[in-house]
Amino acid sequence: MSARRIRISLEVNGEPVEAEVAPRQHLADFLRETLGLTGTHIGCEHGVCGACGVRLDGAVVRACLTLAAQADGGAVETIEGVSDSGEIADLQAAFEKRNALQCGYCTPAMLLSAQELLLENAAPSREEIRDHLSGNYCRCTGYHAIVDAVEETARQRRGGPA
Amino acid sequence: MKAPEFDYARPASLDEALRLLADGGEDARVIAGGQSLVPALNLRLAAPPVVVDIGGLDPLRGIEAVGDGLRIGALVRHAELARSALVAARCPLLTQAIAHVAHPAIRNRGTFGGSLAQADPAAELPACALALDAIMIVASRSGERRVAAQDFFRGVYETALAAGEILVAVEIPALGADRRFGFAEFSRRRGDFAIVGVAAAATKSGGRLASPRIAFFGTGDRPQLARAAAAALDGAANDTNTRKAAREKLAADLDPVEDSTASRAMRLHLAGEALEQAIDALWREAA
Repeated sequence: MSARRIRISLEVNGEPVEAEVAPRQHLADFLRETLGLTGTHIGCEHGVCGACGVRLDGAVVRACLTLAAQADGGAVETIEGVSDSGEIADLQAAFEKRNALQCGYCTPAMLLSAQELLLENAAPSREEIRDHLSGNYCRCTGYHAIVDAVEETARQRRGGPA
Repeated sequence: MKAPEFDYARPASLDEALRLLADGGEDARVIAGGQSLVPALNLRLAAPPVVVDIGGLDPLRGIEAVGDGLRIGALVRHAELARSALVAARCPLLTQAIAHVAHPAIRNRGTFGGSLAQADPAAELPACALALDAIMIVASRSGERRVAAQDFFRGVYETALAAGEILVAVEIPALGADRRFGFAEFSRRRGDFAIVGVAAAATKSGGRLASPRIAFFGTGDRPQLARAAAAALDGAANDTNTRKAAREKLAADLDPVEDSTASRAMRLHLAGEALEQAIDALWREAA
């Protein structure tokens, strides 16, 4: 059976969520409009800018290119969850210290993408950092300070100096 | 923008998916990773009455060794392909090409089958499928059929898939230990669709390269085999004259489009540069 309303059941930031959604609603709108988690930003809404990045089952995805219905049975983590748990406190501090954000629009997804890289590569080169963040647009910083902040966090996590 | 309304179904079996798709009529669409369909929906370039989500069909997952080759399920995500030791060992062309497919967040969701079924003429994987002589396994309510990559890509976003058919897997045949690969791409930014790119395969034989297959993307309405350039390289030695001859043949093989990104002449020039890089890679690997 196909339908115009779909019941979904998923986990968001560790909490179980049950909802009924329209198939056309993407995950970013569901998080923002239904759950009030407005840390997930919407920029282009067609997969280019990267502002809507969230974790779905452990991998960072574009929430604007994922239907809320497709997240049924999944585990979503947003910037709110990852901030509250303290998982990226050091990365956030490095962003602040290095002026790696100005308007902050790209920052939540930028942090999630950077954290994804740091989890799979403890010592990324600047080139690898740029490559991994290539799908996250920032119109303020020129990226240099963002690469600095990610590089510094990697160094600190390896036990090096700030 | 927001997607138009549509009906949605998430079948639990391939049979059910095929039935839903057949019932949905000509305009029903399949969704897997959604990395091409959802942008088209959000931009209202697509307005299907029903979207059939095949994401729950486990038989469409997985990468297996089959003889000397590989069978790759349509639902295998780009990130999974990129991490696969089996693919890196047997078909490093795919491992290399995947790094150029969009960005990490797109690769975390986009699927191998989805990219092939989308058939963007500037996409990497259709050209790889063509260079690898891949076979598409296509299912419908009347059974399965096998379509060679050469016959699968028909035009801009156009394939041999008929209404009611689903691409379920791809077979990559005969990846013998002597098969060598080359890949090169020019794009404006990392992760963008190519201005021009090339995927190449050849067999190392007695210090020469035999049976080269050279597939370009970004040069026409579909991935294209450069047959004349390949013929110039077949069995020839690695010398300057052979390269020059192969490069010159590209003008006969390709008739690149002109758009806001590149003129016809620029595309042809970049195709020549990409070909030389691919030839370098074939020889480097063959050494």
